[in-house]
Amino acid sequence: MPKDSGIGASSKRREDVRFLTGAGNYTDDINVHGQAYVHFLRSDIAHGRISNIDTSAAEGMPGVVKIFTGKDFEGVGGMPCGWEITDRHGAPMQEPPHPILAQGKVRHVGDPIAAVVADSLEQARDAAEAIEVDIEELPAVMDMKAAAQDGATLIHDDLKNNICYDWHLGEEDNDKVNEVFANAAHVTTLDLINNRLVANPMEPRVAVAEYSRGTEDYTLYTTSQNPHVIRLLMCAFVLGLPEHKVRVVAPDVGGGFGTKIFHYAEEAFCTFAAKACNRPLKWTASRSEAFMSDAQGRDHVSTVELALDADNNFTGLRTNTYANLGAYLSTFSSSVPTWLHGTLMAGNYKTPVIQVNVKAMFTNTVPVDAYRGAGRPEATYQLERVIDKAARELGVDPIALRRQNFITQFPYDTPVALTYDTGDYNGTMDKLEAAADLAGFAARRAESEANGKLRGLGVNCYIEACGIAPSNIVGMLGARAGLYDAATVRVNATGSISVMVGAHSHGQGHETAFPQVVADMIGIDESMVEIVHGDTSKIPFGMGTYGSRSLAVCGSAMVKATEKIIDKAKKIAAHLLEASEADIELKDGQFSVAGTDKSVAWGDVTLTAYVPHNFPLEVEPGLEETAFYDPANFTFPAGAYACEVEVDPETGQVTIEAFTAADDFGNIVNPMIVDGQVHGGIGQGIGQALLENCAYDENGQLLSASFMDYAMPRADDLPFYGVDHSSQTPCTHNPLGVKGCGEAGAIGSPPAVVNAVLDALNAGGKAVDHIDMPMSPSRVWAAMNG
Amino acid sequence: MTKVSMTVNGVAVSGDVEGRTLLSGFLRDHLNLTGTHIGCDTAQCGACVVHVNGEAVKSCNMLALEADGADVGTIEGQAAEDGTLSAIQQAFQDHHGLQCGFCTPGMVMSTAALLKENPRPTEGEIRKYLEGNLCRCTGYHNIVKAIMAASGQDVSSIAAE
Repeated sequence: MPKDSGIGASSKRREDVRFLTGAGNYTDDINVHGQAYVHFLRSDIAHGRISNIDTSAAEGMPGVVKIFTGKDFEGVGGMPCGWEITDRHGAPMQEPPHPILAQGKVRHVGDPIAAVVADSLEQARDAAEAIEVDIEELPAVMDMKAAAQDGATLIHDDLKNNICYDWHLGEEDNDKVNEVFANAAHVTTLDLINNRLVANPMEPRVAVAEYSRGTEDYTLYTTSQNPHVIRLLMCAFVLGLPEHKVRVVAPDVGGGFGTKIFHYAEEAFCTFAAKACNRPLKWTASRSEAFMSDAQGRDHVSTVELALDADNNFTGLRTNTYANLGAYLSTFSSSVPTWLHGTLMAGNYKTPVIQVNVKAMFTNTVPVDAYRGAGRPEATYQLERVIDKAARELGVDPIALRRQNFITQFPYDTPVALTYDTGDYNGTMDKLEAAADLAGFAARRAESEANGKLRGLGVNCYIEACGIAPSNIVGMLGARAGLYDAATVRVNATGSISVMVGAHSHGQGHETAFPQVVADMIGIDESMVEIVHGDTSKIPFGMGTYGSRSLAVCGSAMVKATEKIIDKAKKIAAHLLEASEADIELKDGQFSVAGTDKSVAWGDVTLTAYVPHNFPLEVEPGLEETAFYDPANFTFPAGAYACEVEVDPETGQVTIEAFTAADDFGNIVNPMIVDGQVHGGIGQGIGQALLENCAYDENGQLLSASFMDYAMPRADDLPFYGVDHSSQTPCTHNPLGVKGCGEAGAIGSPPAVVNAVLDALNAGGKAVDHIDMPMSPSRVWAAMNG
Repeated sequence: MTKVSMTVNGVAVSGDVEGRTLLSGFLRDHLNLTGTHIGCDTAQCGACVVHVNGEAVKSCNMLALEADGADVGTIEGQAAEDGTLSAIQQAFQDHHGLQCGFCTPGMVMSTAALLKENPRPTEGEIRKYLEGNLCRCTGYHNIVKAIMAASGQDVSSIAAE
């Protein structure tokens, strides 16, 4: 029987009521009395030198409060990068300045040149049109391989070239790697592109900032996944403000998917300018603005080689990747192609020798940073595509080839720096084969063929490193932040509980799932527990939500704090029951003395904590505890996905006929929410595989800058999904045994779709090795008829 | 500025607007009905769907002045006066048809319009009807399921909620 409350129950989401009735409080819903509006004048040229900015006409226009340009920010810090990568020679990455408003040069379409503050948004927009900007256009650096050549046009004049870093991981000895490939019975090589994507949470970014001359306090409301990170970066590295005088609030946030992790120039601008103008300021991105200013995702160009012995055992893997970072380093951009990508190249397989090479490039494009999965989808895509190609070349069953090479003993030290604590890849594949009815595929294919369609089956595995991350390890790897999290459990006198958490919920349902854990631990009703998040003035210093970390890291802090609460409550109960603390048991909200019928209720103990008339003298009154939790290791969710497609041989149109996911997330708190997270990830993964592409022309013009041009998946592009989460090997090193589920769908699904399309074409007699994503009808048709 | 008057969720309202003020802006900025959301600038995302004289309309694609005299319904008017959720709202909660909630008002308003013209839509009809409503969180699975449930269909055979 499914549970109806507590850990393991599909409790309905309490946050839904406000979202369903229009009562959510998103940042753009916030208006501050007397606010003025900000509009950014953005570059429509990808690369150029600013020779003159004339704001004189604009300054005299109706409603204009003030106009800012880069000159106003000379001496103010730029946007920082939170992760320093050390290159293959031991040198630090090249780290160019990233000004709030352009200084001297523009480096991508959308780079902000000036900002107008006016009484109304319309007045600000009108005035921006009257600003005259002279830009001497320079050649746009767009192609990563060309950008890496000596003599290429420099994007940042003070850097020696356009290469941020040239990095490697795994086997350093090229001779040894060459030997593995020379001795291989078979080598499969694949060139592929992981297409650039735009995260596109449905809520565009917004910032509302205010400053009080009376108290010298700042408040910034912003669309962020991690308000404390924004406060720290903005105060310490950009504006030089005292942290205790700055409150950052991320209220209801309409989706993030990574792109709302980062500290953006618009946040710092509004905070700075609110003081300079002595007015509350509001900036709301239009969708077009989001396309040219939200950090984008993926954009890797790779060559991957897999070596196999005569028995089809994997003996070596070598990858060479060009990773596009865009024009500037976004907050965590540098970590994505490196420690979030190279480390996952072992996948689920016991490949003994792995070498990962990554050149990270500056180009005249919008900065690229973490997008749902962040490096792990790119690793999974290379690995699972090359394995599928190898199976086809060798004429072996792709599932059998994977099973043969699965890691089966845990813990397992990979050649690329990770230690997997637990997993059961064969067991998860068994679940997939049953859930997707793979035995029935042949019959379904025959039916499709009878209807004139080609049917294909694509299967792949994935593993991800989540629960980000152990601070001591990431510190050694260059992170400029700790990646612990924190929770404060405040028990009120009448027994209800407020839990202040560092994690931020922007669709993940924390407000429902986190109370399930605390209520379960104490044995009280979930409705007695409430989560407070998103406001630095209310919550302890936590690092926010990304990398499928919320429950694994912040949830662990919450468990630790609740354990402290229970320990203290037992002391009070022991006093009230005149018993030894060691004999006190807590069950269903009752403290009882073991072996007796003496008990006292949770509410009586909590009341005593705040009305301590009859109270143990050695115990402090009150019942409030904080815990910080720094994980001992990453967590390793893993899974196996199956996709069935039909391809129309006349048009190249691909339709998803079935998609099934079998994931091992360890223990699960709310199955309904976990399934929903996987659905959403799969939707984005299918979007990447079939529809989405962020395209620039050779001059750096962004061709896909609206929903008219960027193909977001719509309801009729997608099927119902099958999900199976019954394969569960609990994480061995966090108290809940949870692994994280937020990114899996987006990581595991793109190769399944591509593998399925290629299976369909090959079954139809078309010997096609590869099609780059998105697999539009024209690309599929061209591949079939090439 | 021009005076505009309309009925919104059964209440007579009026305000002075510029000619270029959109209906979405009038609802959000003049009436403080912030449940109607703005997710794009090309009338693609559908987060701003409201009812105008009973028809589903993208309120970012209509001038406030065009709605002069109209009967407008927004997400704020969908639940009963005592706060009881409508059958559609309740189905969205029951079947986890929303995550971040930003597209949700438009989804609910579009669903209400769909079920008015087609009380028992098939899965395919629902997916087709929602082509003007984007959701980035759910992969649409639970939205489609919720709409089928709201229209009285048995959804127990559809995979996990």
